[in-house]
Parts: sequence; structure tokens; C-alpha cells
Amino acid sequence: MTQQGVRWTADQVLALAPDAPSRKAGSKLGVAGPWSEAGSTGEGAVWGLYKGSGSKPYQTIVDIADVAGPAYKCSCPSRKFPCKHALGLLLVWAGSDGTVPDGGEPPAWAEEWLAARRKRADGKQSPSATPSAPADPEAARRRAEKRAERITAGATELEQRLSDLLRGGTASAEQMGYGLWEETAARMVDAQAPGLAARVRELGAVPSSGPGWPVRLLEECALLHLLDQGWLHRDRLPDGLAATVRSRVGLPAQAEGPPVRDHWVVLAQYDTADSRLTTRRIWLYGTESGRTALLLSYGAAGRAPALALPVGLALDAEVTGYAGAGQLRVELGEQFAAPVPTARRPAGVRPEEAVARYGAALRDDPWLESWPVTLAEVIPARSRNARDAQGRQGAQGTHATQSTPSTPDSWQLADPVTGSALPLAPSAASRPGLWRLIALSGGTPLTVFGECGHRGFTPLAAWPQDSGETVSLC
Amino acid sequence: MVTTALLGTDRRALPASVHTPGKEAPIALLDAAALQTVRRRAGLRAAPAAALPEPAAGDPRPPLPPAARRRLATLLTDQPGTGGGGRRGAAPDLMELLPQWLALANARGYGAPPELLPALLNAARGRTDLRPQALTFAGPRALWLARLNPDWKFALRATPGGGVTLPSADDAPEVQRLWEEGLFAERVALLTALRAHHAGTALDLLVSTWSTERAEDRLMFLDSLRTGLSSVDEPFLEQALTDRSRNVRATAAELLSALPDSALAGRMSTRAASCVAVDHTSDTPTLTVEAPHECDAGMERDGVTPKPPAGRGERSWWLGQLVEAAPLTTWQPRLGNRTPAEIVALPVADDWRSELHAAWCRAAVRQRDVAWSRALLGTPASPDAAGPGAVSLAERAKLLASLPAAERADWVAGFIAAHGLSEAFQLLGVCAVPWAEPLGRAVVDSLNIARDAGSYPWSFSGVMGLAERCLDPSEAVRLEALTAIPDEPENASPGAGGYWSEAFQRLVTTLRLRAAIRDELPPP
Repeated sequence: MTQQGVRWTADQVLALAPDAPSRKAGSKLGVAGPWSEAGSTGEGAVWGLYKGSGSKPYQTIVDIADVAGPAYKCSCPSRKFPCKHALGLLLVWAGSDGTVPDGGEPPAWAEEWLAARRKRADGKQSPSATPSAPADPEAARRRAEKRAERITAGATELEQRLSDLLRGGTASAEQMGYGLWEETAARMVDAQAPGLAARVRELGAVPSSGPGWPVRLLEECALLHLLDQGWLHRDRLPDGLAATVRSRVGLPAQAEGPPVRDHWVVLAQYDTADSRLTTRRIWLYGTESGRTALLLSYGAAGRAPALALPVGLALDAEVTGYAGAGQLRVELGEQFAAPVPTARRPAGVRPEEAVARYGAALRDDPWLESWPVTLAEVIPARSRNARDAQGRQGAQGTHATQSTPSTPDSWQLADPVTGSALPLAPSAASRPGLWRLIALSGGTPLTVFGECGHRGFTPLAAWPQDSGETVSLC
Repeated sequence: MVTTALLGTDRRALPASVHTPGKEAPIALLDAAALQTVRRRAGLRAAPAAALPEPAAGDPRPPLPPAARRRLATLLTDQPGTGGGGRRGAAPDLMELLPQWLALANARGYGAPPELLPALLNAARGRTDLRPQALTFAGPRALWLARLNPDWKFALRATPGGGVTLPSADDAPEVQRLWEEGLFAERVALLTALRAHHAGTALDLLVSTWSTERAEDRLMFLDSLRTGLSSVDEPFLEQALTDRSRNVRATAAELLSALPDSALAGRMSTRAASCVAVDHTSDTPTLTVEAPHECDAGMERDGVTPKPPAGRGERSWWLGQLVEAAPLTTWQPRLGNRTPAEIVALPVADDWRSELHAAWCRAAVRQRDVAWSRALLGTPASPDAAGPGAVSLAERAKLLASLPAAERADWVAGFIAAHGLSEAFQLLGVCAVPWAEPLGRAVVDSLNIARDAGSYPWSFSGVMGLAERCLDPSEAVRLEALTAIPDEPENASPGAGGYWSEAFQRLVTTLRLRAAIRDELPPP
């Protein structure tokens, strides 16, 4: 619930925007002029009429007091959610310049919707309406068994294909192109193993990924083989690892276990998209527990995921962890108050400790690409040459021939105290966030949160030395 | 192992270390590779640190208030081409507000937030008109960044000295060292900086090495004397009149002519005065002009260019240069102690009027002479003012610039009231922002008249755009009434009323945004 009378900051409002264009469009509408008959109950309901270029003004209502997160309604034809009018209205409200007075009675057109929502929300909270266990546990068990059988068949087939590939040699993979992989991926979809399908599809992209692809292809094939074997022998795995395998294969996981209430700082929020799905990743840091947690939210192709949280602010909320050893993913539960600014930030570590943490996390989940860490007092520096990017290979690194493509612009985060550094991941080097990070540093040390993995470090948020504000690098 | 994988286990035997009895070769290979992969990843170590960059110079300016920082971030995300708005629609064009935002932030002395520097540099890269303001605001750290990213090289070129910290003017040995050893850009920066407060010191510095400088450099150095120009500089400039380089000679002559008491100004005054006289023999006193018959060596030495551009007569070309370079104080005693206004009003014989008035205009602009500027501008309502009279609109705009701000605004308001908006664009550009009330009202009234006349708003998009940038935000209240869709008059262009409503809406919203911007940037 939002505390009565507490207005949000513009940052909090803008964090609700589904994408950058909406944020911009919303900002433009966040001025008093075109709004009329605006008001707020002071308990979270905000409404107003927006005079656009049409003859009839749009009716915009927002209910930010809902336990499940803000809800919006607007008579405009936009399919963005929230639309720019809802954002604009909230910005005017946040501006506290008197355009949206508190303590008003909603007009009829707003009252109707609000009343309906409140009634639904009450109904949801009553015990009778909580989703109960499936009506027929026996049927559910049979369905699960059936699916496991299909996945087993899929994994077995995949093992055969990998075996064939290595028997004939991966050199042919470069010529085969996507076709073969796409077909195999489709077979895995049929086998109801979307996790396997996704990995297979990624295999298809490796041969065209530049120098060093044969090593990467062998590595990815080996890890896929490891996952197949993990599934086929899951009854012999420890519980945690078995859960990890199930979720990596693509079985839906459930958030379980006791909810953890904490003040969660939102460290980063970023989207990745393929042709089917937009995935939003939100990193949280619990200031009491010191725990780092990941929220995932999905949107169908081209649509923004529903969940959006304000980077840099802290939520007083409950989260529930997912099953699986070393699993960081959580589900957001009840929020107890509106997000508030905080000066707390995760404690940072040295580069050596960062790679060690990634290494340790691989014990619980060998398929991990990266692990969230915060580096303290590092300085972005330009790597001298390709050798620096290689230097991080372990003592056992027998892949001496591996050469990650070194662009002239390869950067690292250097620790001036220990003289060690983490190279930035190649994907991070081409993003605008890199220059934001360099500008923020100005050659002086700062604290950087990001994902540390075998391809290097991907910076996601940073804090300059002298101020507590989180700067997003996504 | 990779080689075996590439060629295939059918063609190449497994390495002994990988071979496992009872396991098919491909599976054994995959098992070993999986182990190796996870082991490699788990065993990663940190790399040795590269050479650390030099820290950026500190920025002593106070940081932006949070609201202003958010506003700047929004303005910077509104790149042209996104949103597809163009000059249509009711939403404001944020990119157009950026120059104003920067000017205000610079006037208030705020420093840029480091994390926005990349976006700021990218904006300045795409728009050269933004560069001076953007780079001033961006401060020393932007130059530090520009050295790291070739995309932003322009920032180093655009900043004198490439952002090198200049020694304090009191630090004589350091000043001398930089002057003698510095790069060209650093020396220009040093000279320009010194000139603003210690004009004499700068001159001494220049004189000390003058004879050894290259011609192009001499020209640039000479140009820096414009700041703080005084009679102290005259002996040096007189000497530069004999320079080997023609461009240097011409610049020296121009600078001298801007010193009304200089010997050169006196010589030009004598020459010009001999060409213009009042003829009392006709019914009304009339100006007669006798253009020079030759360009002698003395004239040439004083900076007169002997060869006219194609299509111009030699004698009128010489006359123009003499009158332009002669101090305007020449004319009152010479022409019967008349005021500038009376002189300008005199008829001119033999079609010399436009030649003579144009040269006086250039002189008035160069010497920033208010009385002459006012006289040459005339009254805004005169029919001549809008037509192709003796003084073109471009020249009028320059003359206006020397008048006090309030008088400038009144003159342009009068011009708009008499001649409408279509010719006023150039003149509006030299008016102080925000527009004074009478000027703003004249513009809004004219837009209102244009709307009632039934034309489309985009015929006035230039003025509309200027109004968005220059109207006083407090006018928003008065404009509110214009955002309604009017009844269309019979002869109106179809749908024009709706477009006008949209255009006025954008104007109002933009003005409100500007008011918000102003409130967000209080004096620190």
C-alpha cells in the first residue's frame, strides 16, 4: 500500500514506463497545461482529463495503491501499458504544483472503475478465492510423468545428434548454417523441453560468431551434453542440482519456501528480446540480508513485460525464492510501501574475488553464464592489447589457442590497489552504457555492479565515489 | 581436443588422455570437453591491470539540481527523427529547447552530470550550432572523454587549447613558457584569455615573437586583439600595415579603423570626406558624391582592396571601403552639423544613395554606433522598411543588434504591426530572449490574424518555431484561448482550424515546459 499523502518522485513514475519512447512521450505530457479536472484521493487513486488534439478529452485513471502494483485505465487508443497519458498524469501529480489536489472525490467515470477494482482486489484476498491445488492431483501427476517421458525422448535424441556431429566433425557446422539447428530446436519444442531448444538454437549461431568459434562450439556442445546427461540421470543427482537441471531443461519452476522481507534496492533493469519473447531482468539487493536476487518478467514479442521497478530506489517487500541450488531467481510478493531513495549499496569486492564467486557458483549450476557481483574501487581502463583479455584464463587453461576477438577498443575494470582487472564482455563494449561508465569515473575509482562471467564483466550500474545515486548503465 | 572435434572422431583418434574404454569416442570427447569447460570457467583469474588513465581535471561548478538533471536527460533523449513529430502535432519539440536549457544552465554556472556527458557530446556532434554552449556546459571532463573516443574529436578542435589548463595571468614565467613552447591552439587560447583582462601583457607577448611567426598564425594572433582593442595597440597595428601578408595587412587596417582616434581612421576620414559634400545650389540641400578616381599606394597600404569583385565598378568599390572605414564622427562637421537622422534623410544625387547608405550601415555595425544605427533603420512603419529599399533586411537586422534591447523589441514590434510576419523572421532573430511584452504580443496578434485569414499554420512554421523558443512563458495564459478549434471562415483552407489549434497547443505546452525548465535551474 502506498502511504497516504506520499507522492512519488518523477523518477519513480518514469520507471513505470514500458519503454524509452513511452518515457519520453510521458515526460512531454507531464506539464499542467492540457490537464483538467485532475484530482487524487490521497490514497493512491489519481485521475484527470487530457485534452489531446481530438474533440473529446481522454479519461485517465491510475490506481497506485494496489498491492499487486499500479493499475491504469485510459480512454486513449494506445496499447502501451501504462500509456503516455497515465505517465504524464502521474508526473503532474508527482510535481505537487497544485494541479492535482489531494483528498478529492473521484468523478463518476473514475469512481466506477476504481470501485470495480477494489471489489475484485478484496475478493482476491479473501481465502476462498486463493488459487487452490489442482482439482485432481492424480491427473496432474500423470501429466507431469507424460511430459518427463517426452523430455527424456528429446534428450536421448539430442545426445544422438551431438554424437553424430562429433563423429563427422564440427568443421561441417560452418557450412550447415541454421537449418539443421532450427530443425533440431523444433524437435526439442515438440519434446516440451524449451530450455534444450533455446540452447540448440544458440549452437546454430556459434559458427558465425567470429574467430575462435570451434572452441566455443565444442564448449557449448559439451555443456548441452552435460545437461542431457543431467536430465537422464536426474534421480542420481543431489536435490538442488536436480532442480537446477529441471529448470535448465525448461520445466516451469515454482517459487517456494518462506517469503523474505527486506529493503530491496533495485540495482538494474534491462530487457533482452528475441523474435518470440522480451525478457526483463531486474537485479535486487537486500540491504538487510545482503542477498542479491533476480526478478524475471516476460512480454510477448514486441510488448513490454508488465513488471517495472525504479532503479536506485529501495522497496520494502517480500520475495520468494525459486527451487534449485544456488538459484538467484525470486518472485516479488507483497510490497509494503512505495519505493524510497536509499544511500545503501552493495559492498564491493576485488576482481579476484569476483571471478572466484563465479567459479564457486558453477559448482551448483555448471551452465551459469555469469554471476552478479559488485566491484569496489575500480577504474575503467583501456586494455593494452589482446593478451590482457586472455590473461584471465586459469592455470589449467588448455585452450591456449583460444582467441577472443580483441577489438581495438577493449576495456577493463582495473583495481588500482591489487593491480588486477576484469575485462569487459565483448557485448558490453559496444553499448552506450560503457561511455556513461567511463564518464562517471573520470579516471577515478568507483563501485560497479554487474554480471561477471566467462566472457568478461558486463557493467549494469555504478556509483561514483562522492554520491549515493545509482547510475544505470543498461 | 578441438582439432579432433573439428575433423570428427571418425577421422581422427581421440587423445589418449580423453579415451575411455567402453565409451563411444564422441561421448568420451563430449564428457572430457564438458569437464574441461566447467573447469576452465571455474578457474578463471583476474587479468593484470592495464595502464590507468590520467584522472580528469576537476570541475569546481556546483552540480545540477535533481529536477534539472532529469530534464536534461529527457531533452537529450529526444533525438531528431524519433517520434516522427517534425513540425506537426501538439507535442513540443524537445530538441529545440536544448539550446535554451544549455544557455540558462551556463548562465547559472552549473556543472554537467558526468553520466550525461556521452549523450551531450553526441548531441553536440550532430548539431554544430549546439557546440559552444554544450562544450562550455560539459566542462573539463568532456574533453578528457573526447581524448578517449575518436567520435568526439570535434570537442578538442572546438575548444581552444584542447582543454589545456591555462596558467594564471600573474604567473609570468609560466605564461612566457607556454607562449614560447605551447602548441598553436594553446597559444591562441592563452592570448585570448590574457587579452580579456590584461590587454597590454598580451600585446607585449605578441610583439616579442611577432617577426618569427608564420603568416597564418600572425593572422589568428592579430584577430585576438579585437578583444580589448585600444589606442595602446595602435603603434603595433600601424607597423602591421606593412606586413608581408595581405590578409594580415587588411586585418590590421580593419582594427585600426575601429579606433576612431587612430591615424589610419584620420586618413580614411579625410579621404572619405573629400568624396561626399552637400550641394547648396539646388532647391533642397542634396548630397553629391565624387567617388575616388584611383586607388593610390597610400589607400592600399591602409587596407583598401584595389580590385573589385566581378560585376562592380572600381570607383564605387573604393568609395564603399573608404566610407566604411571612416569614423562616423567625420560626417556631422563635414555635412553642415546635421544629426545622423538629418544626414540620412538628405537626398543623394546621381543614384549614389544605396551605395552610400550601405557603406554607412557597415560602418555603424562595425563601430556599434547607436545614433547612426537608429538613423539608418528609420521608422519601422515606413513603407521602405519592408521593401527592397536602400538598406536590406539583413543589414537592418545587423543595425538592430547595436540598439538597446527594449528599443530593438519595440522597433520589431512596430515592423510586424505594419508589415506582418512574413518579412520579420530575420529581425526576430536578433531580439533578446525572452521577447519583451509588446513584441510577443505583436507576434501572437499577427499569428492570430493569419489564422483568421484562413491560411495553413506551416506557412508560418519559422515564426512559430521562434515563438516556441522566444516568447515569454508567462504568455501561455493568454494563448490558452487560441488553442480552441475555430469556426472555419468560408474562404479558409480545409482543416486549417484544426492544425492551428494543434500549433497553438504545442506553443502553449512548450512555453509551460520552458517555465518549468527555468524554475528547475535556480541561481545556485
